[in-house]
Amino acid sequence: MIALFFRDLKLSIRAGGGALIGVLFFMTVVAVIPFGVGPDLNLLSRIGPAIVWIGALLAALLGLDRLFQAERDDGALDLILMKENPLVLTVFVKCLAHWTATGLPLVIASPLLGLFMNMSEVAIGAVMLTLLVGSPALTFIGAVGAAVAVALPRGGLLVSILVLPLAIPVLIFGVSASYAAVQDPAPFLPPFLILMAITLFSSVIGPFFAALALRNSSD
Amino acid sequence: MNDTSLAKFSDLANPTRFLALASRLLPWMSVITALLIAVGLYLSFTTDGDYQQGNTVRIMYVHVPAAWLAMMCYTVMAASAIGTLVWRHPLADVSHKAAAPLGAAFTLIALITGSLWGKPMWGTWWVWDARLTSVFILFLMYLGLIAFNKAMDDPSRAARVSAVLILVGFVNIPIIKFSVEWWNTLHQPASVIRMDGPAIDPEFLWPLLIMAFGFSMLFFTLHIAAMRNEILRRRIAAQRRLAARMANREA
Repeated sequence: MIALFFRDLKLSIRAGGGALIGVLFFMTVVAVIPFGVGPDLNLLSRIGPAIVWIGALLAALLGLDRLFQAERDDGALDLILMKENPLVLTVFVKCLAHWTATGLPLVIASPLLGLFMNMSEVAIGAVMLTLLVGSPALTFIGAVGAAVAVALPRGGLLVSILVLPLAIPVLIFGVSASYAAVQDPAPFLPPFLILMAITLFSSVIGPFFAALALRNSSD
Repeated sequence: MNDTSLAKFSDLANPTRFLALASRLLPWMSVITALLIAVGLYLSFTTDGDYQQGNTVRIMYVHVPAAWLAMMCYTVMAASAIGTLVWRHPLADVSHKAAAPLGAAFTLIALITGSLWGKPMWGTWWVWDARLTSVFILFLMYLGLIAFNKAMDDPSRAARVSAVLILVGFVNIPIIKFSVEWWNTLHQPASVIRMDGPAIDPEFLWPLLIMAFGFSMLFFTLHIAAMRNEILRRRIAAQRRLAARMANREA
């Protein structure tokens, strides 16, 4: 399992810069926002946490199809399906590797974008913390979509449409925790703990359903 | 479930038996649906309007049953999805594929009538309230499932993979149901199905219940008809493939 983790990590970092594309996309999306709403620094600092979160969500969705597609193309997926290890565990480890390669760079890049958005230090820290806790949930939920995409001949966009509604709770609690850290009356801890709960819950449910979809989509 | 009923249920796995049953049931069901909806519409137009809402209260007689049906349809789809994944019941495949467009239609009716009511009552077509948002997400999920079924070539593989998606998306149904209790919403909480009896005046309750039964019958009638059409469509596709193969052999 550890070998699989490092294999996936190396593949996604080395093979054609797949991991960095997500970060680039993230930065581009966030950089486009000021052109849309105008360079009003007060407004930007107010909507900043939400913008950074939405950008991270879209960037996480963008990289999802790489989770199983390469294995499907070179036939390694059939070997994984035939292995004696529980498939759920394999999927879980693959998700972890995928998150380390694509999710973690987003978290690391977020403070820089927070500066662009004229956010306060507390807000930047809060966004970084909530992204660190919340983005694994995006990967685990997205794993179901990625497993479904394996069955589709041309499904990248469709999978984003199917996964996005399920990722909304993560977005809601991530953004509300980030705002709660800045605005005084709202407590930071309850939405943050719910965000953690969503991540833990989806780390169980996501690999299970992804494994189910993988088994059922193989012919 | 005892042995005989299980045997009868698996008898339906034979599409020919299902088609025979469907052709016997459908005329009766259509008549009952038409009667119930006719009576329901008559009652909804003849009862007095609410003293505050006036005539707009009549929108409720369409809105509430449609919203119930939108949720029930997804529940039927989730049950069929379990049937697909656990028992590999061939009719379950057909069932959840046929139900998705119906569910999307009922959800759309609920959304449109709701916003027609919201404009005079709340002063806006749409608010981002928990109940409205979660129903809108339900609508998006229906459309996504329809698109997914269209994108796949092999129907039985499509059925199994979309069954997984349906089960994952089922998490939305309790959110819709309890959204009015968990969050402070503009949408009013449940007033008909409650532990301490309905909190709605009998004058409004009767047309509402009759319309709800009429809509449910409408759903089941359309669902069985759609399942029949889907079975026939698959048979035609199979025969076309066979004919193409024969033609190839002769040539």
